[in-house]
Amino acid sequence: MAKHHVSTTVNHEPVEFLCETQHTLLDVLRDELDLTGSKEGCGTGDCGACSVLLDGRLVCACLVLGVEAQGHAITTIEGVAKGGELHPIQQQFLDDAALQCGICTPGFIVAAKALLDQNPDPTETEVRFWLAGNLCRCTGYDKIIRAVMNAAAKMREEA
Amino acid sequence: MGNEPKIFKQQYKWVGTRPVRPDGVDKVTGRAAFGADYQLPGMLSGAVLRSPHAHARIKSIDVSAARKLPGVLAIVTGQDFPNLPSEVATGGEAPVNFRHVSLNVIARDKVLYEGHAVAAVAATSTAIAAAALALIKVDYDVLPHVIDVLEAMLPDAPVLHDDLFTAGVEPAPTQPTNIAARSGFTLGDTAKGFAEADVIVERAYTTQAVHQGYIEPHAVIAAMAADGMATIWCSSQGQFMVREFTAKLLAMEISNIRVIPAEIGGGFGGKTTVYLEPLAVALARQSGRPVKLVMTRAEVFKATGPTSGTHVWVKIGATRDGKLTAGEMVLKYQAGAFPGSPATLGGMTGFAPYDMENATAECWDVVSNRPKCAAYRAPGAPMAAFGVESALDELAQKLGMDPIDLRLRNAAKAGTRTLYGPKFLEIGYAETLIAAKSHPHWSAPLGPNQGRGIASGFWFNVGGPSSASIHINEDGSAEVVTGNPDIGGSRASMAMMAAEVLGIDLAKVKPMIGDTGQIAYSFLTGGSRVTFATGKAVCEAADAVIAQLKTRAAKLWKIDAANVQWRDGQAWSTLDDGTDRAPLSLAKIAHSAGKTGGPISGNVSINAAGAGPGFGTHICDVEIDPETGAVKVIRYTAIQDVGCAIHPAYVEGQLQGGAVQGIGWALNEEYIYDDKGRLQNPGFLDYRMPVASDLPMIDTVLVEVPNPGHPFGVRGVGEVPIVPPLAAVANAVSRAAGIRMDALPISPPRLLKAIDGARKA
Repeated sequence: MAKHHVSTTVNHEPVEFLCETQHTLLDVLRDELDLTGSKEGCGTGDCGACSVLLDGRLVCACLVLGVEAQGHAITTIEGVAKGGELHPIQQQFLDDAALQCGICTPGFIVAAKALLDQNPDPTETEVRFWLAGNLCRCTGYDKIIRAVMNAAAKMREEA
Repeated sequence: MGNEPKIFKQQYKWVGTRPVRPDGVDKVTGRAAFGADYQLPGMLSGAVLRSPHAHARIKSIDVSAARKLPGVLAIVTGQDFPNLPSEVATGGEAPVNFRHVSLNVIARDKVLYEGHAVAAVAATSTAIAAAALALIKVDYDVLPHVIDVLEAMLPDAPVLHDDLFTAGVEPAPTQPTNIAARSGFTLGDTAKGFAEADVIVERAYTTQAVHQGYIEPHAVIAAMAADGMATIWCSSQGQFMVREFTAKLLAMEISNIRVIPAEIGGGFGGKTTVYLEPLAVALARQSGRPVKLVMTRAEVFKATGPTSGTHVWVKIGATRDGKLTAGEMVLKYQAGAFPGSPATLGGMTGFAPYDMENATAECWDVVSNRPKCAAYRAPGAPMAAFGVESALDELAQKLGMDPIDLRLRNAAKAGTRTLYGPKFLEIGYAETLIAAKSHPHWSAPLGPNQGRGIASGFWFNVGGPSSASIHINEDGSAEVVTGNPDIGGSRASMAMMAAEVLGIDLAKVKPMIGDTGQIAYSFLTGGSRVTFATGKAVCEAADAVIAQLKTRAAKLWKIDAANVQWRDGQAWSTLDDGTDRAPLSLAKIAHSAGKTGGPISGNVSINAAGAGPGFGTHICDVEIDPETGAVKVIRYTAIQDVGCAIHPAYVEGQLQGGAVQGIGWALNEEYIYDDKGRLQNPGFLDYRMPVASDLPMIDTVLVEVPNPGHPFGVRGVGEVPIVPPLAAVANAVSRAAGIRMDALPISPPRLLKAIDGARKA
């Protein structure tokens, strides 16, 4: 099967890759581009472990085909920190112990960033519903919700 | 027992603080490498062919067409694996039979559940591997199947194993059956006890099979060199378990396998056995190339985990003033396709929180055409506790007593004899009840359609073999190497205990998880054992380092080591001979180690005894919608005796996570089968685990009654918190609806049916 040539932008860098028609964006990120921070928990868009931003919009990379990345800008967990400096959400996850095993953490951080980018002052209910597409089996969500609320507060102070 | 919970008062520099975990940055930036994140040069993609039938005889498997497909480099079937005799394994969380593990990893004559592995392939791409699976022709003779545990026990039920005879009954049966074993415990005389009772409650409770639900599917890469040396990279709860099980299933020498533990994306007991690892090694051996196998979520649901669905009958008697006089339990647990349900553990744990003179538990382990059960967080205990703690709630209602007072009246304490034999040493169950009673949650007002439930739970907690090595670096920093995968923050607690004992800055202590070649044997991460047992090994390794540091300081000072004390990370001379000796820091001693005897390290392997039992009490408020049957948890408080919280934030996290898994078990989660024995909900959309919008914050109270068996008083904390919530939620719903809910999950249709039934009645 002939592969498709795709030109896209990943974490602000121009990227080209070849992929088969059926390959998802998640397959491409993980297997072709070595960006394994996005995780496959289900492959059906139910767990959010592969959350990435597509032109700033939150999507499950497992529900996007690799070819659909053509001409678009993708942000993965690897692009959330600025060089060696953690994003405030990442720092707050550490400070608030908002992870246990850590497999869902990249997806939660990307999803939380998408929320705070458009709503810097969400209520707890808004955070809970926004993150309802991300499954965590370890934490019971308590410390994750607190970390996102606390990160939002700090980001508002710094803004 | 006072009016306030006992608190461990001793002040520490690191223990009890909340530093950022050492592996944290890797996990928030995507750098941490989990099972599926490894790539090797020349790596092949593997895939597993699984049974579409619940029960069938394999007449033949034809792989010839698949082998001819270009890009297919290896195919294995049951014929490629040795047939093992029955032999009980020790590496898992509970004893398991290697013959069953082997037959579960790949079917031989029969498939016993939908999803049972039949063949595996390795190819140059995932697409070719998938195409190869489609070319394998399996000729099945489909057999009648049985899914339900009570139906499986009937005399005319389809029998899964021709060689399975019920163990533990007299006379020994002569006919094969699905009833694998009966076990039981007896204390005192229950007939006498019930005769003394003023009130008796009796009821049958059911729970459904639920999956551990870790977000990371099973994943492995295996490579084998021409000399027969295999290397396995995988996510598991124990690299030594993977090594032992894989060696056994492939008839290999343990020394020919090295297992490198990946980060583990959740396990909850479900990764205490092998599924893919022996297949990957067999494929790597045949192809001469590294092979990667990763399960889909549907494969995880169909072929791994879950824990038993159960029928639990409970009868409890009490006097008018609330003294329990007798209790009986009969537990029937699904084992899945092979024996080994945690029924016995249910029988041991259900009554454990209570001082009962007369009690029995009768435990039945039953096979049926479902995936083989795996351990799930406090295996067997939540279902038994659902029965007992629901019965106590019903009893409290009949007696007109506060349910906490009823439990306090009968709470086990130091010296209480358990149904399963031993007497408790220091425990903190009553302290959790007292903390619950004084918590504002317990007295907060409730609104319409709201109810409050309380329930308690017990888990043994275990110790066992653990190893730790501490290497002092030239600059005085330290590496702490242990052999237990870090599933929820244990690197942090290992580093904190080492820093505390050594008396040095936590930032100078780097914890690391060794592979099977880098650290001595350690029993797997399970049984709530790591912070206790491996932590104890770390403390002893640090003590060994301190002993050396004192000797080295004595050499530098040219005095006797008996005259050296270790305090605050420094050696102090106690010799009063007029010479002024400034204290020597660890860094100074390390810097001159070459002159005093070479590198400084402490290496300890122990079989840790003295694990302290754990008890928890949970309070749950729900609001029910009488029109739809929907239940919303609106407030939740988890209280637990944790002994000593090394890193309180991660201890709280264990309580919160366990509580929410229990809420899912109580309200939503269940395995649903069609009439052909096929799982109907093998995905997260239809197997509905709790999501953030389902839940309130989960409040926690850490009660600290120190465990005398650990240097800092640690008790295991991971498993207890999933024991109370099933009954805490059900008791809350029962009180809100005015109907005793004795079947889980309390899904909207089930509650609605109960409400409608009560209205008609």
